[in-house]
Formats: sequence, C-alpha cells, structure tokens
Amino acid sequence: MIQVMRCFCGVDIGASTAKLVLINESRETLAKAIRRSGVDYAAAAEQNLAEALSAAGLARGELRGSVSTGYGRDNVPWADGRMTEIACHGKGAFFHFRRAMTVVDIGAQDSKVIHLDDAGRRTSFKMNRKCAAGTGAFLEEIALRLNLAISDLNGLAERSTKDVTLGSFCTVFSATEILAKIRAGERVEDIVKGAFRSVVKRILEMDTVDGALVMTGGVVAHNPFLVKLVGETLGRPALVPPAPQFVGAFGAALFALERAERGDEPCS
Amino acid sequence: MPPAPERREFQSTGKMREVMGKYFAELGRGAQEGKKTAWCTSVGPAELLRALGFNVYFPENHAAMLGAARMATDLIPLANARGFSPDICSYLTSDIGSYLKGETPLQKMGLKGVPKADVLVFNTNQCRDVKDWFQFYAREWGVPCLGIHTPRAIGDVTEPIIEVGAKQLEALVEPLEAVAGAKLDLDRLREVVALSRQCALLWKAVLETAASVPSPLTFFDGTIQMGPAVVLRGSQDAVDYYQALLAELKERVAKGVAAVEGERFRIYWEGMPIWGRLKNLSQQFLELRTCVVASTYCNSWVFDALDPSDPFRSMARAYSSIFICRSEDQKEQYIREMVAKFRVDGILYHDAKTCPNNSNNRYQMPQRLREKLGKPFLVVNGDLNDLRLYSEEQTRTNIEAFVEQLAEA
Repeated sequence: MIQVMRCFCGVDIGASTAKLVLINESRETLAKAIRRSGVDYAAAAEQNLAEALSAAGLARGELRGSVSTGYGRDNVPWADGRMTEIACHGKGAFFHFRRAMTVVDIGAQDSKVIHLDDAGRRTSFKMNRKCAAGTGAFLEEIALRLNLAISDLNGLAERSTKDVTLGSFCTVFSATEILAKIRAGERVEDIVKGAFRSVVKRILEMDTVDGALVMTGGVVAHNPFLVKLVGETLGRPALVPPAPQFVGAFGAALFALERAERGDEPCS
Repeated sequence: MPPAPERREFQSTGKMREVMGKYFAELGRGAQEGKKTAWCTSVGPAELLRALGFNVYFPENHAAMLGAARMATDLIPLANARGFSPDICSYLTSDIGSYLKGETPLQKMGLKGVPKADVLVFNTNQCRDVKDWFQFYAREWGVPCLGIHTPRAIGDVTEPIIEVGAKQLEALVEPLEAVAGAKLDLDRLREVVALSRQCALLWKAVLETAASVPSPLTFFDGTIQMGPAVVLRGSQDAVDYYQALLAELKERVAKGVAAVEGERFRIYWEGMPIWGRLKNLSQQFLELRTCVVASTYCNSWVFDALDPSDPFRSMARAYSSIFICRSEDQKEQYIREMVAKFRVDGILYHDAKTCPNNSNNRYQMPQRLREKLGKPFLVVNGDLNDLRLYSEEQTRTNIEAFVEQLAEA
C-alpha cells in the first residue's frame, strides 16, 4: 500500500523576499524555498511552492492546507487561510523555544517586538513606526553609501576595533553622518559596526524585553554579529531558531496544520 | 466563507444631509443677507455667538472635511511653505493651505469659498494651535480675534476654574456686541443654551446605544453623524435630527440589528479620527467582524454641564470639562468608565503625529490602563489629516494582528 504524505504549507510574502516552508504532520520541515518577492507576489509564491514540492518529492495533491502571511498575504490565491506575520513569527518562535519570550523580528521593511506568555499566547506586540530605522532597509542604505554589498556588512562589523557612534536613527541623517565619518578618516569596519549598533538601539527602544529573547528575520539570519550585539546590550543571550528567515513561513505552516486539524473552511 | 459584511446606512442620514446643507447654505448667504459671521473653535462659545445672531462657522469642521475629502495632504505643503511647520496641527495647515489655494469642499455645496469672518472666537481648551490658526485669518482680513484661555491638565473642575472661564466669557460680550451691532438678549442666550444642552444629551443618548450587544452603530458612523452636534448645537434643527436618529437606533437595538454583522469584538478608539482613511478602516473592521463601539472623540460634544438658568458659569464649566483639557488622572478615569460602559475588549490609541494634545498614548496611559483593566491595547501611528504620516500597510497589519490577539485571548 502506498503511503500518501500529508503536507502543510506556510508562505510568507515579505517586502523583500518570499519564503515558503512545507511541513509534515509531525511538524518537521520537509522543504523550504526563497526568492525575491518582486512585483508579482502570486508568481513568487507559486514558484516557491513548485520548487519546495519538487525538493520534497511531493505532488501538489499532497498539500492538505496552506496559510499565507507577510505584506503579500492577500496575494496568494491558493492559500486556505491568512495570518499576520506577527502571529506567524510568534508561532514559529514559540515552537522552538517553549517559554515566555520576547520575539524580535527584523525584516527588510519593518521590525516587530512580540511578547508571548509561557503558553505561547500573544500578550502584546509593536511594529516600528513608518520609518526605516531599525530595519533591513536602513542597513541597505548604509551599504549603498559605503559602496558595499549588503552581504559584506556582517564580516566587516566583526572586524571592527573601535566604537563609532551614529547619533541619528534617521536613515538620511545617518547617511550624512557617515559621510562626515569618512571625511574624518574612520575605518569602514567601525562605521558598519556603528550602523549595526544604531539598529540595535532603535529595536531596544521600541519596547521592553521580557522572558527569553528570541530573534528572527532576514536581517538576523544574515548578520549574526548584530544578534551578538543585541545580546551584549541586553546582558542576556539572544536565542536564534533554525532558519530564522523562515520562521514566519514556518509559523504559517503550523497554522495551516492546525486549521486542517480543526477542519476550518478556506478563507476565500 | 460568507462575503464580507457591508456597512449599514442610516435612514436618518438623508435628513442629516438636508440639515447640514441648510446650515452651509445659510453660511453662504450670510453676507448678502446682512448677517455677520463668527468663526468659532469647536468647543468655543458657540452659544453666545448664536444668541448674538451670528452665523457660526467652525473651521475644525472644515478641516475635517478637507481630510475626509483627501484634499488635505496636497494643501498642507502650501501652509508649510509659508512658515507653518509640518509638525503642527494638520487641521490648521490644511485649512490655511485651502485658503491659500482657494479650494474647499464647500464649493461643491454651492458656496464661493469659506465664509469670511467678521470676528474669530477661540477657546484654548483644546490647544494653543486654534488661537494661532485664528490669528492668521485675523491678520489676513483685519478683523478682531477674541477668545478664552482655559487652563489645561485640569483635575476637578473647581470653582476658581469656572470663575475664570465665566469672567472671560462675560468679557467677550461687549466686543462681540460691537461686531454684531446688537445687544445680547439674556433670554435668547438661555434659550440657545437650553437647545445646546438638549442636543448634547440627545447626542450622548445616540452614542450610548452602542453599549448594546451587538452595537447598532460604530465609531465610523459616529464621525459622520456628529456633524449637527458640531456645527448646529444651540439650534432646533440639531435637536430634531438627533431625536430622529435616536429613534432609529433604538429600533435597531430592539430588533438586535448589528452595525457590524457577526460582531465578535468591541474596540474603543482613543484619539483623533484618521479622516482620509475612515472608509478603509471602517471596511477593515467590518471584515474582521469587530466593532469600534465608542470613542473619546465622538463623546467630546457631550456638554451635559450646560444649564440655561446659569448660562455663563455653566458654559465655563462645560468648556472646561472636556476630555482634552483634563489631567491624566481624569482622562484615565474617563476611559475606564467608557471601557466598562461599552463592554470593550481592547483599546486602540491613535498617535496623531501633528496632534499631541489629542494623542493620549504618549505618557504611558496605554500601559497604565492595561495594568488596571487587563485589556490589551494597540497604538496606530498616523495623523488626523496629513496622510504623509500614515502607513496604510502598517496600520492594516497592526489592526489585523490586534484582532488576532483578541481572538487568541
């Protein structure tokens, strides 16, 4: 007898990248896919799904449920349900660290601070204001000003030997400050670390951190040194789940599984 | 899944449009009919002005119209360029921008423009900006700008506070008589105060129908229905209108008609409306089957302290009792009572960038009330009129996430 696999999909269409995770009934990750969200969110979701199904050796018919999240959550026509990225990052993070926690998610366009109690219920949350400070967009702008690839930032910051402070949270003002630092002969490594510290300060002024500190998101995934700085600043370790950039999509997949278990109707 | 519910219109709305149309038509004809026009802040001495025979015009109402018509964001920069900072009241900057450009939604109602003031009368009970706003026009037109300076952060409305308000109101009579060309008839003032009180009590009763579960009206309905309470208090037209609206609401309550079909959660809106996005927000809450049942804002036109037997002192008491000029303790107590009365599940605070006086999330109030009431809160960053300060996407996600949180609890 052929065993039919039942799988569940979470798709997180973020401002910069579209992430997709397939899980099985045991909540194990079967496959992941990621690509630029681009301008056609539905196409990005579709391509991710095809890629992940292929990688897992599954047929589309084995998909038993799906939930979309992220800015493009309304643009995934085949999703059975949708949840905000705040719910999904909380869900995904709690799966890995079952305790009261504060999840700090740093994405391309926004940052979130999410408080969960010891049962994983959200008690409060906060998103950044309409401002790029404390987000991936801030670091992208800084990389551009310094004529660096965004992927170079983490390595450079790690090599910093001196504290250079950027006083402003404002991306535009920080870029101006950077020009002044360059004129003053500061090293690029130290300026980049200063930019990292600026992100950390902005995040930590958004809200308090209670319980365990868990960090997720693309900026966290690609910049472990920034995570270290957060931990140092708070005087406690910052926990990072596996595949931090996929935590939102993973949380969405967990919601998809729960929806299927409850027998919920598709939302559209 | 069933289709998203639609907003239920009120039968009385047609009557409201008539009443408001008549009000604006009278304002438009004012000068040619030899009537004098007084500009008045929303909680300024409208009763006194009406009793003196002025046509009373409320620029805050006009500014809200600029916001709702989504004209404000294009007009604000004109005022900014003349030295009014983008960080100050966007009612002020959009209204002055409208004047500078010569564009107003009133033109669609057949008026040539905003009615020129013969006198401008402010009350600083709301903020200092109203005075700065009126003084601009006083300089432009060479007309008097008079007003009342009300203390702010008032705890209990005590005798000295009433005394200082009443004295200032009495001192306005003589200069206003000079502009009006008529003497104040005290009996007429009592009559206007009585009508104003009646309007206020009816408006309060209208808003209190939302204490029913499900609620027959939403905050978004309230922002439309409040028009007569804002511009026509002290008139019979406003009283008649709210009697009709109240009857309709009572009928909704009796029949269990919900403003939000399938109402799951009830939210309190603290702070200014986001005028240019009311429709979108109303629709989002409908889709989330969540009713914004009450607000501080709509209740700001409930002047139950008015008393025709003691007009000046009762006006002073009423104008000094409004939420915006009260202390944090008083504000906190007020919201606690509202949350209990309207059986609220959570509180949404609108942090309006250009309106610090009416953004009550900035001194830890949400955290204190969460502690005391055990109700979650959400802060939405935005503005009353300047949509450059508002993020549609962030707000949409924040509200959706807040309702998810209520569902989880």
